[in-house]
Amino acid sequence: MPELLTPATLYFAAALILPFLPKGTLRQTLVLLVPIAGVGVFWTLPEGTFSPYNLMGLHIGLMRIDDLSRIFGLIFSIAAFLTAIYAWHVRDTIQQVAGLLYAGSAIGAVFAADLVTLFVFWEGTAIASVFLIWARRTEGAYATGMRYLIIQVGSGVILLAGIVLYYRETGTVSFTQMDLGSYATWAIFLAFGIKCAFPLLHNWLQDAYPAATVTGTVMLSAFTTKLAVYALARGFPGTEILIYIGAVMTLFPIFYAVIENDLRRVLAYSLNNQLGFMVVGVGIGTPLALNGTAAHAFCHILYKALLFMSVGAVLFRTGTAKGSELGGLYKTMPWTMVFCVIGAASISAFPLFSGFISKSLILSASANEGHFIVWLILLFASAGVFHHSGIKIPYFAFFAHDSGKRPKEAPRHMLLAMGLTAALCIGIGVYPAPLYALLPYDVVYEPYTTSHVVTQLQLLFFSALAFAVLMKTGVYPPELRSTNLDFDWSYRRVLPSVVGGVRHAVTGTWRFAARVALHRVDRMLVGIYRAHGPQGLLARTWPTGSMVLWIAVLLGMTLVLTYV
Amino acid sequence: MMALIETNLPALQVVLPLVAAPLCAMLGRGSRSWAFATIVSWLTFLIALSLFTKTFGGTIISYEMGGWAPPVGIEYRVDVLNAFVLMIVSGMAAIVLPYARRSVAAEIPAERQSFFYTAFLLCLTGLLGVTITGDAFNVFVFLEISSLSTYALVASGAWRNKRALTAAYNYLIMGTVGATFFVIGIGMLYMVTGTLNMADLAVRIAAHGDSSTVHMGFVFILIGIGLKLAMFPLHLWLPNAYSFAPSAVTAFLAATATKVAVYVMLRFMFTVFGFDYEFQAATLEMVVLPLAILAMFAASLVAIFQDDLKRMLAYSSVAQIGYILLGLTFLTDTGLTAAIIHLFNHAVTKGALFMVAGCYVLMAGTSSISSLRGVGRDMPWTTAAFVVAGFSLIGLPLTVGFVSKWYLVLAALELGWWPVALLIMASSLLAIIYVWRVVETAYLQSAPEGTVRKEAPLSMLIPTWVLVAMSIWFGINAMTTSAAASRAADMLIGSSQILWED
Repeated sequence: MPELLTPATLYFAAALILPFLPKGTLRQTLVLLVPIAGVGVFWTLPEGTFSPYNLMGLHIGLMRIDDLSRIFGLIFSIAAFLTAIYAWHVRDTIQQVAGLLYAGSAIGAVFAADLVTLFVFWEGTAIASVFLIWARRTEGAYATGMRYLIIQVGSGVILLAGIVLYYRETGTVSFTQMDLGSYATWAIFLAFGIKCAFPLLHNWLQDAYPAATVTGTVMLSAFTTKLAVYALARGFPGTEILIYIGAVMTLFPIFYAVIENDLRRVLAYSLNNQLGFMVVGVGIGTPLALNGTAAHAFCHILYKALLFMSVGAVLFRTGTAKGSELGGLYKTMPWTMVFCVIGAASISAFPLFSGFISKSLILSASANEGHFIVWLILLFASAGVFHHSGIKIPYFAFFAHDSGKRPKEAPRHMLLAMGLTAALCIGIGVYPAPLYALLPYDVVYEPYTTSHVVTQLQLLFFSALAFAVLMKTGVYPPELRSTNLDFDWSYRRVLPSVVGGVRHAVTGTWRFAARVALHRVDRMLVGIYRAHGPQGLLARTWPTGSMVLWIAVLLGMTLVLTYV
Repeated sequence: MMALIETNLPALQVVLPLVAAPLCAMLGRGSRSWAFATIVSWLTFLIALSLFTKTFGGTIISYEMGGWAPPVGIEYRVDVLNAFVLMIVSGMAAIVLPYARRSVAAEIPAERQSFFYTAFLLCLTGLLGVTITGDAFNVFVFLEISSLSTYALVASGAWRNKRALTAAYNYLIMGTVGATFFVIGIGMLYMVTGTLNMADLAVRIAAHGDSSTVHMGFVFILIGIGLKLAMFPLHLWLPNAYSFAPSAVTAFLAATATKVAVYVMLRFMFTVFGFDYEFQAATLEMVVLPLAILAMFAASLVAIFQDDLKRMLAYSSVAQIGYILLGLTFLTDTGLTAAIIHLFNHAVTKGALFMVAGCYVLMAGTSSISSLRGVGRDMPWTTAAFVVAGFSLIGLPLTVGFVSKWYLVLAALELGWWPVALLIMASSLLAIIYVWRVVETAYLQSAPEGTVRKEAPLSMLIPTWVLVAMSIWFGINAMTTSAAASRAADMLIGSSQILWED
């Protein structure tokens, strides 16, 4: 029996047992205990690679412990634990099993010491997570899930192709730092990039996350993309192109986020933007920057989960997450509102909240390395985050114009999950030392210096001031659509004709090409169906005579060879 | 006593089921004959297992039937290769028979069941005999024993669907044509050499040198066996035979009959004609290679559009035979290893899949994919078995299907045949489509109104899951199977470096 020492084994075993337990407390307790036991598996182990074995000449290691895998393993386990509390009310076996498999695959991938194991778990996250989307059981969710699955599995296939090439080039499949420069590493890089929602490869994220179930979205937001960030940090630290990719990533989702009405989609865009910070950190690649990436991933999973939880609770109670249909909920959902504000403060990096102590690591790293423009972009992006996540989400959900909705407060288990997450967000923000001790590199860093705090507060207060003034004077109308127009008015004035023209040309060409291609594909499919379909040439039941004819043909063909 | 049994193991391997068959017919009604057949199949499996452990190290057991020395007498010759195949055949019988009880009880009237199990044992006898014997004419005899009983077994599906009769009739005609071609080929070899013992044939053919009679003999044997193993486009008998036969028969035949035919082909090509026979190499490359690749695609595409699950799996079998033949045509060590290991891997995978189909037929009353909507909720274990075995059919890592494809792609790359390697991967994508179709219908569509379906009984689930577990176990821990396969390949190549005299 091969050794299977990895937390993933626990999750998979639990997923196997779970359907046989009676629905109710017992099941939920199991789901709750697994992450704790999972942490127990790896926490006490010393650094090194465990469960090695030999698969057809490939050296496989299921469990690699070092500082980087340990911190990601820990935060994934925490996320699994918190979502388990949040999902206490869920009685759907498919969601529970898929959730366990999904978290297990993500954690398994983090501890993978080789690319083959990574690939297996990589596809595992893709396949397990799609059930969280399908679990909504609507036609739209099915179609979205299918699109999501194709992209995710596609990422896995590209990864596999990269691994095969990499193995041919280097003769090893161990997962260590790689250099961009061959087809192999580019393929692997691209696979990571798809899962990390690089610009232009990002659409699956905003497409899929808002389509999942209330609890499913919380899970989705924690694992898939952060796994990709981990993979990048492991495989491509210090790759310069990542700095620019990351900078673009922080920037462009802001514009989409402000014009979006569905609050969960707004959060999906801001998730994309936050990933950009981490990618920049990986790209800079100094110990400080990598620490920043790890810390930011840690904090980000928490506050993003908190935000998705609070919006999810609103969706759970009111049945909608559309900004234009919500408002005034603070009256009946005060606790949810408080937690949402804490999440918003964290993502906006208010001092004393978790986002501040992690984001400033990356900002300092970019400034230290002399990437001045990148630093400015990140600063601007921070302000943008404050606008769409920090103000927009709580404001439109809980305040703004009163929608007249008077839902009940969120269920108790949801409040508990949000409370714990919020406590962690504040705790880390106030007392960051334990988190810093977990980071992969020993770097002395003090987030609470006067200049940091003042810079950040200036940024935030001027944003808030602007918002407040606009609200007071009535220039900032309560309706969502016009808000967006106000905000993006400036850049739309500068670039409208250029962007519009280019877009027109591109979409025109694309449509034409797509139409031609689709036509061709259709024709080909019809042809295939004609030959292979149930009544086709190849699938018919042939009379005995024609079978004998084939024998004669084949015999003749082969005998002809005798005389060649 | 033990010593006596031990020395006569090769004979017992065949004689035991042969003698048991008429006894079984005399036992009368249902469950007694079933129990008897099951015990016999387990004993044969034990014998095969002990033969395999003996020959695994490389020893070759030569057994003289009735004390007549070869080449005059009939010789049973056991080496790694046929011990491996013996193990597959008897092992599948040992797993299918426990499964068969409930399924056969539902598909065949009680008073006919003892004859059914008799035919089953005869079929087993024939398949084992073909595999174990070292005598070319004896191969033909056992081939006929297995074929005739197979026709009867397929025809016994008529109680479920009358079309089984025409399927069996078609199969009979085709099978007879194939067997005749085979025996004509052997006759031509006999003309040239005056012997029927395979080892002796090899030496004498080499001494005789090439001639058009040998060419003819080779071609007739190739076509004859090609028909038996359902080489595209000689597969036309297979889809109907597999889809209309009783479920247990389909599971057994799909896992063994074509595999034994592949074994005969390997044996004749490499032991009798010799690995370095030029005409053979030319034939393989010009005729068999394109047909194998064609099979991989055409049959898979047909499978995609099938509505009947059993028929879909049957077409997928034709495609999988394509992979095996492809491995053969590479004419390299790795290629042969791939072909031999796929014998085992495909037997396990397809056996499991057809067993799942049998469970559906029994519990849901249909094997039509469109009426299996939502069956994943009603029959979770059966459907889960389909998913895992389906993964193996596609060739996902950690399943046996992956091991086969790995070796196959490796063999193609060794020769530098990049396009072939790509074609192998591309055809795997087709498998994803037809497996996914079933998974989607079973899990994501809601059940038609008013259907009542229960989970399959344990007596059917356990054998199915044994095969599923094997497809995972040997996918992760492929040491035994790949060692056996590569030794068999070495042996085939080594034994046939016979000195062709120019």
